Amino acid sequence: MSSYTRTSRKRPLSFYLLAGLTTLFLIYVYAPMACLYILSFQGPEGGMSFPMVGWSTHWFQTLFSGEGQGLGDVPSAFQRSIRLAACTAVLTLVISVTAGLAYRRKFPGSGAVFYAAIASMVLPGIFVGFGIALMFNLLGWQVNWFTSGIGAQLTWTLPFGLLIMFIVLGRFRSSYEEAAVDLGASASQRFRWVILPIILPGVIGIAMAGLTSSYEETARTSLNVGMGNTMPMEVMGLLNAASTPVLFAIGTLTTLISFSLIILSLVVVSQLAKRRSMRTNA
Amino acid sequence: MLSSQTSPSRVTIPPKLASVLQVTPMALVFLALVIVPLGLIFVVSFLDYNFAQVFPELYLETWVDVLTSDLTLALYLKTFKFLIIVWAITAPLGFAIAYFLAFHLRSNWLRTLLVTAIAIPFWTSGPIRMVSWVPLLGREGVVNQALLGAGVIDEPLGWLMYSEFAVLVAYVQMLTMPMIATALNSMAKIPPSVIQAAQDAGASEWQIVRDIIFPLVRPGLAIGTIIVTTAIMGDVVMVKFMGGSQVNTVGMSIITDLNAFMYPPAAAKSILLLVVVLSIVVSLLRFADIRKELRN
Repeated sequence: MSSYTRTSRKRPLSFYLLAGLTTLFLIYVYAPMACLYILSFQGPEGGMSFPMVGWSTHWFQTLFSGEGQGLGDVPSAFQRSIRLAACTAVLTLVISVTAGLAYRRKFPGSGAVFYAAIASMVLPGIFVGFGIALMFNLLGWQVNWFTSGIGAQLTWTLPFGLLIMFIVLGRFRSSYEEAAVDLGASASQRFRWVILPIILPGVIGIAMAGLTSSYEETARTSLNVGMGNTMPMEVMGLLNAASTPVLFAIGTLTTLISFSLIILSLVVVSQLAKRRSMRTNA
Repeated sequence: MLSSQTSPSRVTIPPKLASVLQVTPMALVFLALVIVPLGLIFVVSFLDYNFAQVFPELYLETWVDVLTSDLTLALYLKTFKFLIIVWAITAPLGFAIAYFLAFHLRSNWLRTLLVTAIAIPFWTSGPIRMVSWVPLLGREGVVNQALLGAGVIDEPLGWLMYSEFAVLVAYVQMLTMPMIATALNSMAKIPPSVIQAAQDAGASEWQIVRDIIFPLVRPGLAIGTIIVTTAIMGDVVMVKFMGGSQVNTVGMSIITDLNAFMYPPAAAKSILLLVVVLSIVVSLLRFADIRKELRN
């Protein structure tokens, strides 16, 4: 890494050009979000663009009181989404970790399942969502958040879970487990005391990826949740109905929530890594 | 590989069988929720229908319509146009930024910080990211205000928001990140000694990029291209909002049929879309072995 700096301390011209490009890209990515956060504190008289007409938390209050403004039912959509995301995350975690462990050996059908996962990931979301809704329709079953809803989301989260497991186990040294086998550890002991502690950061990563991608997913979910909207569907509805900064207040709040989730998982993962390195150094 | 020789008192499962059992839950999910629905869509595309009803009778007109209509061609041309423009921007941009992060930055913590900064927007809510363009590109948005103030234009530009331009802006904002990530992943595997050797032999930076780094990063770019392709070909949400319901693509036409309960045409269009996307993906996979890419 940083090979161009090893030979000479002087930075080449390309460094400054590329640094400029990267900065411009970050501005491009962050400027709209920054505008949104600022405008969510717009005064009660203000609109959806600058200038700011005073500062207030008026739009957050409107959001929580849920009065008027063409606001559907944001709190219950939020609850529905969180419930769905929690169930999906747990299922993704369990199914991906077990399936990932299977891939430590060659077994009949490994290619088929792997390609099914890749297909599930690259298939257009509306296509999968439509297929599942159609199947439920033909079987005469009602689409429901806890059946077709979770199922539709699993087709999106499981491939990522499996790929993360490949990354995690690609770095796993099988000599640790072989040592445990030589010492007479049973399969469950090996999993509990050898494999799980080593792959734990990756496992948490799978749960977080499951949680966030479930919370975000619309293409597959929308035809399959049945009664009531999920949060992104609710926001999409509001995009067309409400034309006040209350939309921006929702944006600021949901960003805060996802940031806390990301930071929380990063802290947990780095704590685990620290604990492990302390243990191996001791 | 692992041996299955545990103490004789325990019930031992042959390792291959254990693997098959472990993968079964995932296999069942994909079977029930991806493969069976896919088959159903295929069957339904050949059935007769009228308003809100599908009859179990063979009807080939749907396919004839879909495959011969000028509208299908126009929709695919429009979708491919988006794909090509977005790819032509995100691939070089992603490569350049990844190259900067991997080979130009001296400090590791700055690299981690920048990678995190680039990754974070990818995790924020899609609809929120879209609506955040309104204060910038809208009629009274920052860009229009600035241009009016500078006297460049006399009246606000209407095509900045709710237009094809806006769709492209949003696509590029979202899809550069996977290109950076996949290119960076490939670059991290290039041993520094290779670059060092080329430098010692007197290669210029441009020669190193062109003859060493680019060929080694091609698999990463291929995977990034797969992500961009599937995201754009299957997208309806971005096109609908950023295009202000003015822009029609392949995905949008499927949604229109679904909303009108016209299942067979929606099914036929979905199958066609699937065939197109999968042929692109399969031809790109020649450049990259996904499982190999994920290992270090």
